[in-house]
Amino acid sequence: MKLSGWGRYPVIDSIRLTFNKSKELLEHLSNNKSPLIPYGNGRSYGDSALAKYHLPMRNLDRYLNFDPKNGILTCESGVLLSDIIETFLPRGWFPKVTPGTKLITVGGAIASDIHGKNHHVAGCFSECVREFKLLLPNNNVYTCSREENSDLFHATCGGMGLTGVIIQATIELKPVNSQWINQTTVKTSNLKETFEAFEQYDNKAYSVAWIDTLAKDHNLGRSILMTGSFADDGDLSYKPKSKFTVPFDFPTFALNKTTVQIFNKLYYAKANSGMSRQKVDIDSFFYPLDGINNWNRIYGKNGFVQYQFILPKSDSFEGLQQIINKIATSKFGSFLAVLKLYGPENKNYLSFPMEGYSLALDFKMQVGLIDFLHNLDEIVAKLDGRIYLAKDAVMDKDSFEQGYSQVDKFRKLRNNYNLNNKINSLQSERLGL
Amino acid sequence: MKESWVLILGANSDIATATAKYFARRGYNLQLASRSTDELEKTASDLSIRYAVDVKSLKFDATNFESHKGFYNGLEEKPDGVIVAFGTMYDQEKAQKNFNLSKNTIETNYLGAVSILEIIASDFEARKHGFIASISSVAGDRGRKSNYIYGSSKSALSSYLKGLSHRLADTNISVLNVKPGFVDTKMTAHLELPTFLTAQPIEVAKAIYKGVKKDKETIYVKGIWRFIMLIIIHIPAFIFKKTDL
Repeated sequence: MKLSGWGRYPVIDSIRLTFNKSKELLEHLSNNKSPLIPYGNGRSYGDSALAKYHLPMRNLDRYLNFDPKNGILTCESGVLLSDIIETFLPRGWFPKVTPGTKLITVGGAIASDIHGKNHHVAGCFSECVREFKLLLPNNNVYTCSREENSDLFHATCGGMGLTGVIIQATIELKPVNSQWINQTTVKTSNLKETFEAFEQYDNKAYSVAWIDTLAKDHNLGRSILMTGSFADDGDLSYKPKSKFTVPFDFPTFALNKTTVQIFNKLYYAKANSGMSRQKVDIDSFFYPLDGINNWNRIYGKNGFVQYQFILPKSDSFEGLQQIINKIATSKFGSFLAVLKLYGPENKNYLSFPMEGYSLALDFKMQVGLIDFLHNLDEIVAKLDGRIYLAKDAVMDKDSFEQGYSQVDKFRKLRNNYNLNNKINSLQSERLGL
Repeated sequence: MKESWVLILGANSDIATATAKYFARRGYNLQLASRSTDELEKTASDLSIRYAVDVKSLKFDATNFESHKGFYNGLEEKPDGVIVAFGTMYDQEKAQKNFNLSKNTIETNYLGAVSILEIIASDFEARKHGFIASISSVAGDRGRKSNYIYGSSKSALSSYLKGLSHRLADTNISVLNVKPGFVDTKMTAHLELPTFLTAQPIEVAKAIYKGVKKDKETIYVKGIWRFIMLIIIHIPAFIFKKTDL
């Protein structure tokens, strides 16, 4: 069957190895069908879950245990964050860390070591993971935590599915007293103001900025910063909203530099100037795009690449100026551009965040894009930054190795556990993992 | 609604799992029974956490007839409804050659149901309430060469259910005969089924729930199968025997 990530680039042919019982799962892992990669809900953007064979994990979707006093949930790895929110928000619990979509599996959240708008306060998803069970091709199940099989723990969190199959996990939820977020929106006129706003609001639980990457010169870096924290009104009557579906691929010319520029101008103009306050529901605050089924179709049938990089704090201002300038003067426009200030990096071998600013951009797939992104990769590498593997579709091995200093530790572990011949994705082959 | 318990026999099947979920979501406590309880326990945990109802997992073997009385009397809570969802289907040609397969088909699909349902029907009669739903099949509507060993076990079951329903007509105990056509499950995973005639397990679950609530006697899932089978049972033999059905 045809398989792709969320960016719908690249698209490959892949054989689905379904399983009903654990016996069948063990068989798939121990036979000679390789390369094989676990596949969650397909929300990584590039080729990290693409291989000749893939294991669809959504069947493992049961809650196994819940401690209602402390919010500790043990569940199979195919449970979606949206499930967890639907079940537990009405009971006063919410994931400690959530990315911009709730339509990801718990296994995927661990494998990408996802992060959210509160990274500067709460870190990555692995921070809320107490332990998980990992099935390796040698048919053994390893319980992994910071105390037990910690090498596997630190390799698997952020390990893009390359260390084995996550079967179940025990995670900590956080207590909340509302389904509403008190949001503060700040409009800034340039990059300097944007940085100042991030610093000023760094005590807010959640913060992220939409940035106009096509604004040039004195407007370069103008943004809308959104910060928020959970309200305290006791209203937990959460019900998921119904969705709108994009019914077909938009023609590829629909999103181009001109239309993106127009969108950006309107979006920026629409926000109130200065500072304003709103009370929004969690779906609007955390998951604005989840409300639109198949929004990736807006990019047309050739798909798109999401490019997300992070720079150390000391280099962020100059680095971002340089990169945004390059984008604004190129023919490539990104209307969804997200800027965020992150907290320090963790101990996981391939985890993306570090203390500094990250920018995430969507680029419609088109002629010249890959070369352009490789140019950006060079700038990022020179500034001691790196690219987020859960978004990556095109990065080359050299840039990757420059950004991730623990990559050899990761390779050694894969070697030690005999994973190299069995579990691989297009991404791992491209990056020599 | 006071605490209601539903006993699902053969709870590991895809239809039973979807039905368990459907009832749990609507506040019913569940007793899930099957031969193997490892996976069942995980499903039980999931449903009880997800829907905040009590869910128990129990061992039950449809063909171990002697165990049925002890099993039912041993239940901590007397159920307010029972759904018979156990069943087995072998390849017709293999079953023709190997009587043990035919025997197992009949013992599971028909005798197992008779054994446990007689016990339950008596109990419901004494308590003066309850609902019984049993999953038969359109295959029981007419014996066909492609599937008559499975089909005849379901014919027997359907006939039994009709009789049971007649016996209990003067009570408020309902007996529902569920006749699925093609359903997308583990049992049919090896077959290529036409999409527009094939139901998902959740459709069967919904039909069972509605059928119980509305006190129906026989339901077909999908509904169109009622008309398909009406035609099939009326095709005269001299035409039918020329088909490959």
